[in-house]
Amino acid sequence: MAESPQVVERKDDSVLVTEAKAGSYAAFEELVNRYENKIYRLGLNLTGNPEDAEDMLQEAFLKAFLHLPDFREDARFYTWLVRIAINEGLMKLRKQRADKSVPIEETVSEDGEALPREFSDWRPDPEEQYKQAEIEKILQQAAQSLPPGFRTVFLLRDVEELSTRETAELLGLTEGAVKARLFRARLQLREELSKVFKRG
Amino acid sequence: MKCNSCLQQISSYLDGEIDAELKRTLEEHLRGCHHCEVIFDSTKKTIELYCDGELFQLPTATRDRLHAALRRHWQEKAG
Repeated sequence: MAESPQVVERKDDSVLVTEAKAGSYAAFEELVNRYENKIYRLGLNLTGNPEDAEDMLQEAFLKAFLHLPDFREDARFYTWLVRIAINEGLMKLRKQRADKSVPIEETVSEDGEALPREFSDWRPDPEEQYKQAEIEKILQQAAQSLPPGFRTVFLLRDVEELSTRETAELLGLTEGAVKARLFRARLQLREELSKVFKRG
Repeated sequence: MKCNSCLQQISSYLDGEIDAELKRTLEEHLRGCHHCEVIFDSTKKTIELYCDGELFQLPTATRDRLHAALRRHWQEKAG
């Protein structure tokens, strides 16, 4: 008799949250498995170094574990987790800045000039032209060239896919300020990466 | 549409937040202006690179430390 293929059911996050709240470590661990990589990536791009990224990762999941009973599920689990993680990451950044006596919120104007200077086409498929570690380094360095307040908006909106409103609420900004920072951040990152990826 | 106006709208265009008429004008400009087309394409590619799931993989040792710490806290809580 032919065996039917085994189908592993992928549970919704909300189901796993309910099970974890009821005491299932396996359910909580599955949530960790789903998002640990994304939170680590967020940490690397936000803080710029693996040690702070690991601290942010651990603190974020530890706090998620401790505060899970208080999670009211009016947002997606991942959005809630990103909120916790970004707050941890911002604390790391403040500490980094305090060590260097530089305030986290530089007085960078949101409506200042952001005119592109690089107009060359990019070589196709940078992912295939460079080793993975090289690309990661290039992206991290470009992210670090942004003021932290702009970098955070870019990461939340474009990488973590939070809405403009969610990002504004989380960072205590107006939606207009989020859009202005996102615009500036995208153009500046593009400018930085163009220096590396342009043809010729 | 002039290049500067196009540039100001590129971010909103990427987010699908411009109206149909402006979208049509902007796309027409992009077809005829190589500089703006390059800026649009490379901005889009910039975002795609940061979202590439193959990059920034969690190192195994970091993952192991995370899971060990969480398991320890879970067990302590469970008594």
